[in-house]
Amino acid sequence: MTDVNQPPLLSIEHINKRFPGVRALNDVSLTFHAGEVHALLGENGAGKSTLIKVLTGIYTKDSGDMMLDGRNVHIRNSLDAQSNGIRTVYQEINLIPTMTVAENLTLLDQPRRFGMIRWRSAQSRAKEMLARVGLDIDPNSLLVSHSIAVQQMVAIARALGSKARLLILDEPTASLDSDEIARLFGLMRQLKEQGMAIIFVTHFLDQVYAISDTISVLRNGSHVGTFKTSNLSQTELVGHMLGKDLDMLQHDQRDVTEAEEKPVVLSLSQVGKTGMLKPVDLNLKQGEIVGLAGLLGSGRTELCELAYGSVRPDQGNKAWLGKLLPINTPKQAIEQGMAYCPEDRKHRGIIAELSVRENLILALQSSRGWWSRIPMAEQQAIVSEFIERLSIKTSDMEKPIGELSGGNQQKVILARWLVTNPTLLILDEPTRGIDVGAHHDILTIIRELCEEGMSLLVASSEVEEIVAFAHRVVVLRDRGKVSEIAGNQISQKSIIQAIAQ
Amino acid sequence: MRFKSIMRLEARTLAPIVSLFLLIVGTALVVPGFLKLSIVDGHIYGSLIDILHRSTPTALIALGMAVVIGTKGIDLSVGAIIAICGAVTAVLTTSTELHPLIVLGCALLAGMACGLWNGTLVAVFGIQPIVATLILMVAGRGIAQMITGGQIVTFHSDFIDAIGNGFFMGLPARVVLAAVIVAITILVLRKTALGMFLEAVGGNSEASRLVGIDSKLLIIMVYVFSGFCAALAGVIIAADIRGADANNAGLWLELDAILAVVIAGASLSGGRIYLGLTIVGALIIQTLTTAILTSGLPAQYNLIVKASIILLVLLLQSKVTQNFIKARVQSFRRASDA
Amino acid sequence: MLNERYLPVIATLLVFILLYGYGMVEYKGFRDTLVFTNLLTDNAFLIVTAVGMSFVIISGGIDLSVGSMIAFVGVLLAYLITGLGIHPVYAAIIALCTATFFGMIMGVIIAYFEIQPFIVTLAGLFLFRGLAYMINLNSVPIDHELLVTLSEIYVPLPGRGGLTFIAMAMLALLAIGVVVAKRTRFGLNVYAVGGDVQSAALMGVPVKSTLVRIYALSGLYSGAAGVIFAIYTGSAYPLAAVGVELDAIAAVVIGGTLLTGGVGFVFGAFLGALIQGIIQTLIIFDGSLNSWWTKVAIGALLLMFILMQKAIVHFTRRYSGKNPEPPEQPALEKVEST
Repeated sequence: MTDVNQPPLLSIEHINKRFPGVRALNDVSLTFHAGEVHALLGENGAGKSTLIKVLTGIYTKDSGDMMLDGRNVHIRNSLDAQSNGIRTVYQEINLIPTMTVAENLTLLDQPRRFGMIRWRSAQSRAKEMLARVGLDIDPNSLLVSHSIAVQQMVAIARALGSKARLLILDEPTASLDSDEIARLFGLMRQLKEQGMAIIFVTHFLDQVYAISDTISVLRNGSHVGTFKTSNLSQTELVGHMLGKDLDMLQHDQRDVTEAEEKPVVLSLSQVGKTGMLKPVDLNLKQGEIVGLAGLLGSGRTELCELAYGSVRPDQGNKAWLGKLLPINTPKQAIEQGMAYCPEDRKHRGIIAELSVRENLILALQSSRGWWSRIPMAEQQAIVSEFIERLSIKTSDMEKPIGELSGGNQQKVILARWLVTNPTLLILDEPTRGIDVGAHHDILTIIRELCEEGMSLLVASSEVEEIVAFAHRVVVLRDRGKVSEIAGNQISQKSIIQAIAQ
Repeated sequence: MRFKSIMRLEARTLAPIVSLFLLIVGTALVVPGFLKLSIVDGHIYGSLIDILHRSTPTALIALGMAVVIGTKGIDLSVGAIIAICGAVTAVLTTSTELHPLIVLGCALLAGMACGLWNGTLVAVFGIQPIVATLILMVAGRGIAQMITGGQIVTFHSDFIDAIGNGFFMGLPARVVLAAVIVAITILVLRKTALGMFLEAVGGNSEASRLVGIDSKLLIIMVYVFSGFCAALAGVIIAADIRGADANNAGLWLELDAILAVVIAGASLSGGRIYLGLTIVGALIIQTLTTAILTSGLPAQYNLIVKASIILLVLLLQSKVTQNFIKARVQSFRRASDA
Repeated sequence: MLNERYLPVIATLLVFILLYGYGMVEYKGFRDTLVFTNLLTDNAFLIVTAVGMSFVIISGGIDLSVGSMIAFVGVLLAYLITGLGIHPVYAAIIALCTATFFGMIMGVIIAYFEIQPFIVTLAGLFLFRGLAYMINLNSVPIDHELLVTLSEIYVPLPGRGGLTFIAMAMLALLAIGVVVAKRTRFGLNVYAVGGDVQSAALMGVPVKSTLVRIYALSGLYSGAAGVIFAIYTGSAYPLAAVGVELDAIAAVVIGGTLLTGGVGFVFGAFLGALIQGIIQTLIIFDGSLNSWWTKVAIGALLLMFILMQKAIVHFTRRYSGKNPEPPEQPALEKVEST
């Protein structure tokens, strides 16, 4: 498939990229060949998107070399990348929804005469571009009038342009159904035949095996390895992605006593939402920690949202302490004693302009209503108590929370809910993007809470973490529950195998 | 550490207060007798009192605007609401025998109904605030003219007159009334959790939803409050000229109100409500106007000065400038460390 | 090929035909071409302003300074012609360049300091009105033989109607606007920026320079409207054209342009402004209705179109993978700065 004697189309050597406090790419070297589909895999924060942004010139690398056809190239902005034949299609379709297909395809490059756009020839050019990806749609139709799959194809048609050589597809299949995916793969194979190099970023393992020739895995900004797809088993792959060597994971089971006799706090029966999560059954018992494991996009966050009611399920029932109850809004959930720390701390957790005190007290205040304000002295007492208990590092409680570090922000959000003394606490990726010290603190808190009798539902991409605290593990895959592991069966190996099945 | 954060807080809040102070001192140097207060018939007179008197409508509207902007909104229709409520006051006084208190109540209700309309469009229909309030801004003066029959309706009512031009304990009654409204608003926002909820909704509506705050109702309430403030300002303006001028009452006052909120340091993208400082902002605007008029400069400078202040404050507040300053401060620190 | 984005402008056309048809059925005088050509002449300055405003609104912005700009350009013209004795043609060129320059400055502040357009152009509103006052406080006639010559130009049409010079100038500017919007890369970039600014940046659209050019263009068009207004009235007055920004925005929205940006037709603004003119004319023909009905009717139309657009967006965006209201993200900044 790849000619060994030819220099690779693109090779990157020792690429480094730092952001304040984060080493996003650490000495990454990769090669991409013409006529090859190269899958780029890794969990959130592995460095995939940073790498793509470096390749496309949106970020500038701190150090390292990029060689195109064996020649050194400098890509300083997206125009540089485009003129070197590097084109990208993002998961979010980056076209203008309010414009027509032809307008989108020819934007900035319309054929003109005397400065006037010649729409007739623009349209025939658009038709040619569409034909290249096998689309037969009216170029004068509005982009939004087409399905996501067709929009995605239009985006690819635009990316291919006239002299594309390396096509980067960043999670292009996230919102496509199986027929649409088959169509996309057909196109990818066709392009591969024509000698295009394709970088395929996805988190669906089946698709990786269906289409890719080569797999590269990134983890925590480092290159874990590059493998021939045919030589790598799914279980090995998941192990690489999660940073686990399966042979080393023989004896990591721990003794777990199952909380069999405890009452069920929240029970979900066939709760799901079309296009978001297949119906799921789940029982959460008092004093139990249930871990949600799965790769990115497997439905972890979706299950948390539906359980809490921040997204209204369109099927199934919820029972709270044995009683069938409608819990479809955050307000209803809080009234029953639920709490939810979302994954996207910046956009859904903190209120950046408000102080640590206000952020911390907000949920309790909201449950009491606006009229009965918690007196300032009481607020300060509560806040100091939790600042101390969770060892939140802040110069004072009136500091805007936006100025705190990620780990301390996360602790404040956690404290926001602990103040309300919830019966059930849902945590989505509670340790994402925070430093080691805070990471350890938060795991300790989770265990303590459980011992006090609180139920917890914790979604995490860190399998090790889940093994460390969960009494039961629900494994998700492709937006559905695939298995449940309990008690002594819980181990990193069993979880990884369940994910990779 | 604690000291540092107090410093930061002070620098932000002090800027408008110091500006007002400097403005008054500067004017006093140019205009002799500017600071002089005299008591005639038990009433206090003087330029400073005059500034308080004249700034009352702007301050009231700015109060409502500050709350609306705090929730990431804007209310462009306040000028039109002023015209409507002035018209209601004038017409009810001249053509009915209603008790003036009931007339006042009707005017306030009319303003709150306008606010309810705005709030419903924003919260229920999900229309951007600037667009939603534009509708009433366009149609409002037409509605006011409809009420007055197209004429400037002059009226006489001792009670309304007392609100507009009377005195209470030596001070202009409307200043006292506005002060009471401001005090109540501050009390309600700060002594209940309402202020915190509003700032939370303005700062991050999704995070607020997840902690169970009902933002729809809050947003409707905020526009109703803005309508109430505009209505009261409308009655005062009508009382001032003892008549209702549907075309010119409250013209451009929405801009002054927004300016006052911006001077107070609030971001137009929501999240913070500074009521006291907003009043200071309104006073700055009026002091400037008075200073320009009494110092003999042509009145037309007023508009240019206002425009320059808006631009200056906005440029200083903008992310680009802030980042530039931050970078400068850091490089200065690094240099001084080395 | 018909698609959803033509729906609002079709609705506009329907409203126009219905109103005009109603006038023709109800009043004999309405059937004469004179009514139509008068509409063109009387609303020429509004239409020209609305054409410039269309670009701004299609890009997702707003320009509140246009009314003041018209007054400023008028007063500047009077000063240049009557005061300094400059030939009207040169005076007009100077005035248009000044207007374009001011528009460009506002564009720079909006694009590079990332400040909301409405507040920047609000400052412009104050500033231009203030500058107009600085030049001249009173209404002054503009005397020059060229103006007399221009007012005599008249292309008769069947019936009693005919095209005046300003009507023809307006039609020419409208045609240029339509061509720029649909047949130039700049025009398409305006649609792209308004449709989705982040995607546009990722696709390589020079967002910032496009924004600067949009506000410069709006400055140029409102400047041209100022020249037309000066010819139309034969005089200059610093208080002229108060509130024209609202009429222009209303014309654009009633013309089927989405206030959230990305969708719209420059020609729609022409229809939108004419609809306002027809309502006025109908009210004059009726005799029993009063002028304020115009404002109320325009407000009602505005509401109707905003709600209709909201519904269309709601139903068309359902296929799009994107959240209709994505959270604010600094993506633009990053993409642009590299």
